[in-house]
Amino acid sequence: MSDNNNNGNGLIGWIDARFPLTKMFEEHLSKYYAPKNFNFWYFFGSLALLVLVLQIVTGIFLTMHYKPDGEMAFGSVEYIMRDVDWGWLIRYLHSTGSSAFFIVVYLHMFRAMIYGSYQKPRELIWLFGMFIFLALMAEAFMGYLLPWGQMSYWGAQVIISLFGAVPLVGDELTLWIRGDFVVSDATLNRFFALHVVAVPIVLLMLVVMHIIALHEVGSNNPDGVEIKKNKDANGIPLDGIPFHPYYSVKDLVGVVVFLILFSVVVFFMPEMGGYFLEHANFVPANQFKTPEHIAPVWYFTPFYAILRAIPDKLTGVIAMFAAIVVLFLLPWIDRGKVRSIRYRSTTFKWLLIMLVVSFVGLGYLGALPVTPGRTLFSQIFSVGYFGFFLMLWFISKNEVTKPVPERVQ
Amino acid sequence: MSSDDADNNRRRFLTAATVVVGAVGTVAVAVPFLRSWSPSARAKTAGAPVQADISKLEPGQQIIIKWRGKPVWVVRRDEAALATLPQVADQLRDPESQESDQPAYATNEYRSRKPEYLIIEGICTHLGCSPTYQREITADFQGGFFCPCHGSKFDFAGRVYQGVPAPTNLPVPPHYFVSDGVVLIGEDGVA
Repeated sequence: MSDNNNNGNGLIGWIDARFPLTKMFEEHLSKYYAPKNFNFWYFFGSLALLVLVLQIVTGIFLTMHYKPDGEMAFGSVEYIMRDVDWGWLIRYLHSTGSSAFFIVVYLHMFRAMIYGSYQKPRELIWLFGMFIFLALMAEAFMGYLLPWGQMSYWGAQVIISLFGAVPLVGDELTLWIRGDFVVSDATLNRFFALHVVAVPIVLLMLVVMHIIALHEVGSNNPDGVEIKKNKDANGIPLDGIPFHPYYSVKDLVGVVVFLILFSVVVFFMPEMGGYFLEHANFVPANQFKTPEHIAPVWYFTPFYAILRAIPDKLTGVIAMFAAIVVLFLLPWIDRGKVRSIRYRSTTFKWLLIMLVVSFVGLGYLGALPVTPGRTLFSQIFSVGYFGFFLMLWFISKNEVTKPVPERVQ
Repeated sequence: MSSDDADNNRRRFLTAATVVVGAVGTVAVAVPFLRSWSPSARAKTAGAPVQADISKLEPGQQIIIKWRGKPVWVVRRDEAALATLPQVADQLRDPESQESDQPAYATNEYRSRKPEYLIIEGICTHLGCSPTYQREITADFQGGFFCPCHGSKFDFAGRVYQGVPAPTNLPVPPHYFVSDGVVLIGEDGVA
């Protein structure tokens, strides 16, 4: 197809002779054939991309007024909120954007789980996606230190101390990460560098790899049927439609709905009752006083609840990291051949319900102060969370499934 | 590239040698970057010993001194507080402070040079929160320090209770009494 492109006249033809512009446009948009049966769940990939752009643009403008300095950081954020023209909007777009990012990504990951989008041959798409999730968590964690409020400070102190659980080198490791004996100006400054330069570059690179891997094997769909098995005389999948214009237009509808909901939060409830911006973070960091109740932002609370569920430092830290590692292994834990929940066993559906209930339950408990009763529930939900993966491994080997149709329904 | 008269051993050796030299160079270049994250000379200077005037401390009172950016507590324990120490020993994880971090002169039941004065780092050994001082002795809690973050409890000597997430007792920093009313935190001294 690239031969034809070189014959074009005018500016496009001139460019195509020097850079594969038309070729790339066709490969990734106008001749990228996606299954025709995408549903609601398929909005979240393009929305994640939208939020990424939003975060980068708002982030760049925030750095123009923010000061990464232990003495000035808190004040500069208030300065942005009060004195910079439209600064409040840019800041709220960025802070709401971080929560929106996790909402979209969690739904995107859930979509992959219900339709088996991580299964062969899409394991690498899933792995790149998991690395994006990891980079996103690092990005969010380091960004949260920057306003230098009480919750920024003590949240960072707690999370960095997690590395102190590493045997032998733990104490030196935390000292090295902080660059001081406690979280301080040195920590703030390096987190700023990582948050605005290093991690975004990694994130963008991973997103490109995620999409290249996706376009190499093609998208999965709600039926979990491989559309490349049934092609017409021209080699075009019978159940495929070009991404552009069909899905670019469909995604536009998703964008509009998303932006409406997003704007409601930005303009009417940017703090979201203390879940998006925690109340304690409106108090400047004070290294002598820990707030009465420390909770991470909502998107970390499920993992935090697992950490707290275990009354031993090292085991708790291991369990928390294992909760993320186990997600990486999902393509190999699920030994089933049927992708979509539509044709999988009832047992699988119940396991998935157990996972969702456990994850949401952990997220709820992780935001609350500890009581013995809540710790017990955290322990039950932690078992439910890990139980999903363990039991999936057992049941997926000889799962009784419904017949999968030849073509998309 | 490959021809019959090529010396493949020689090529393999040269490839391996290039890789090894390159790897050594990469590691050598990485060191300065990684070391730049260590506490700077300025941060270390801020870790110099500090003096605290404790002459005005009443029994039961606590003051907080900043040393290396960390809160260091000086608590003047009263008779009632000292009396709880032997009583709670069987509920503690490390009552003898065998696994904990303190100078030799504080490896005792009081974890201090003078029974009356407790000098201790106010940073929880679990995840680095700063526990709060609970002066009152109640039926539920024999007094000491309580960490609001994850519920770790410590007695009046900073010794950790069993069944809480903190693994060890609160660390005791090096310190000595310059005179009766002045303590120097950060140095062992001679006393």
